[in-house]
Amino acid sequence: MIVAQADQPFLRWDWVGRNLDELWAATQEHIILTTIAVGVGLAISLALSIVALRWRKTYTPITWVTGVLYAIPSLALFAFLVPITGLTRLTAEIGLISYTLLILIRNIVAGIDGVPEPVLEAARGMGYTRRRMFTDIQLPLAMPVIIAGVRIATVTTIGLVTITALIGQGGLGFFILRGMQFFSAIGTTQILAGTVLSVALAVTADIALLGLERLLTPWARRKAVV
Amino acid sequence: MINLTEVTKTFPDTTAPAVDRLSFNVEEGEVVVLVGPSGCGKTTTLKMINRLIEPTAGTITVAGRDILDMQAHELRRGIGYVIQQIGLFPHKTIGDNIATVPRLLGWDKLKTEERVRELVDLVQLSPELLKRYPGELSGGQRQRVGVARALAADPPVMLMDEPFGAVDPIVRANLQDELIALQHRVNKTIVLVTHDIDEAIKLGDRVAILSEGGHLEQYSSPADILRNPANEFVADFLGSDRGIKRLSLIPISAIQLDPGPILTRMATRAEAAEIMVRYNVDWAAIGDGTAVDGWFTAGDLQGHETLENVNTREFTIKLSPNDSLREALDAVITSQTAVAAVFDGDKYLGMATVDAISREIVQ
Repeated sequence: MIVAQADQPFLRWDWVGRNLDELWAATQEHIILTTIAVGVGLAISLALSIVALRWRKTYTPITWVTGVLYAIPSLALFAFLVPITGLTRLTAEIGLISYTLLILIRNIVAGIDGVPEPVLEAARGMGYTRRRMFTDIQLPLAMPVIIAGVRIATVTTIGLVTITALIGQGGLGFFILRGMQFFSAIGTTQILAGTVLSVALAVTADIALLGLERLLTPWARRKAVV
Repeated sequence: MINLTEVTKTFPDTTAPAVDRLSFNVEEGEVVVLVGPSGCGKTTTLKMINRLIEPTAGTITVAGRDILDMQAHELRRGIGYVIQQIGLFPHKTIGDNIATVPRLLGWDKLKTEERVRELVDLVQLSPELLKRYPGELSGGQRQRVGVARALAADPPVMLMDEPFGAVDPIVRANLQDELIALQHRVNKTIVLVTHDIDEAIKLGDRVAILSEGGHLEQYSSPADILRNPANEFVADFLGSDRGIKRLSLIPISAIQLDPGPILTRMATRAEAAEIMVRYNVDWAAIGDGTAVDGWFTAGDLQGHETLENVNTREFTIKLSPNDSLREALDAVITSQTAVAAVFDGDKYLGMATVDAISREIVQ
């Protein structure tokens, strides 16, 4: 056996060449699954954060519930959801979204809490309404911390999407899952292709978001040269 | 312009009021300084005027309107507000910071831009700074931006909470002078809070001295407070150097100037010696009525029979009648001649002496 395996090449580049279209399609699906999860997660988190900031007493229960969601093993969550929502993208997204909430809410609330008090006092004193102060002052100033949360949520989600392959919605996870059924170089090649592309996607997304942060917070880089 | 009647503030979970039935009024165009030790309720009082703190009882009117009849944010847009930490928006450029209130009021873009340029000029900032962010400015520059931002929509009333508390003493003195000069041009009704009695005396048309619990101990002009402190609390708060503080409020023109040891070029050496003895000094000035050449010492007379060809020295410190007695005293103490020569332009008016200065304070 060992001798026979050693005869085989470790990687089958020909498989990669033959499946470029499939790999690309899976990458796109991976991106879509992640984008929806982080996008919807961000919208829900923003809404819940506004509630938590407006009514402080709700913050603990909100983090408690999202904390429990975060702690549920993903396999168990899907096992629980499939009977209700089936082997659908909805099932995958419910799981993915619920894993983003804790990280995003914590960062949004921490970011907004971190806005210096004198800035808020000046804004109030000049006649900002509460809502305008939120959109015009608090949210932009919290942006570095919020984007830090989005970066963690995105990288985590890209990793988690490979698990959703179990319910047939896995993006690049499909190749990892299928590769595990082959005890040969074809299998190893598929697992590696899925993994490498998934990691590359995570790194690219992280760098892109870092760039977005730089773009959105031009003031943070220009400090006093005094 | 601003009127407080029996205003009381009791914070939740406290029994003693922070401000207890406080009443005073501020006239239009007047600078009123609220001063007192910490815990005297001065900042609370200030913040009740723009409703950052809501009074528990009593009435506050601004320009005749009860402030509770207005939406808080609308009231605030009509009142300039400057705080110690300045509170510039770090994510907005200086230009955008200054344009804050005009934008909240919905001014059109051109009018806002024009106003921003005007203000930059008014507070003596370089227009190049408009595109910078607050983090790139020095403390003094930021404070100027804070004042420009408060003045942006040309509010009739300005509230300033320890506006110069966070800058170093030299910058603070400059900013105080600038505020005085600025006030001459813009003529706002200003309520300013400080814990620094010297700042209160320097800036206030009237000073309100508060003690713990927001009790008004005295409310009058700085000169009056220094001359006649209402009670022991006020006297203690003013400090033991009250007399020296008063000097800064009295102009040199208020005292009788002495002609000083002055002689014409015709005078003889003997006359010079005689006037020096009379004034008990070892120098004399050469002049003719209102024109003065300078001064010389007894030693300079060596080899001269008259003063015709004696070399004179310039008065290094020349004061004007508008300068304060504090500056005069400073000149007297630090100059070789032990007097302060006072000029109105080129015209010599006389000399301020220690005797004349102290006579003014003692009376």
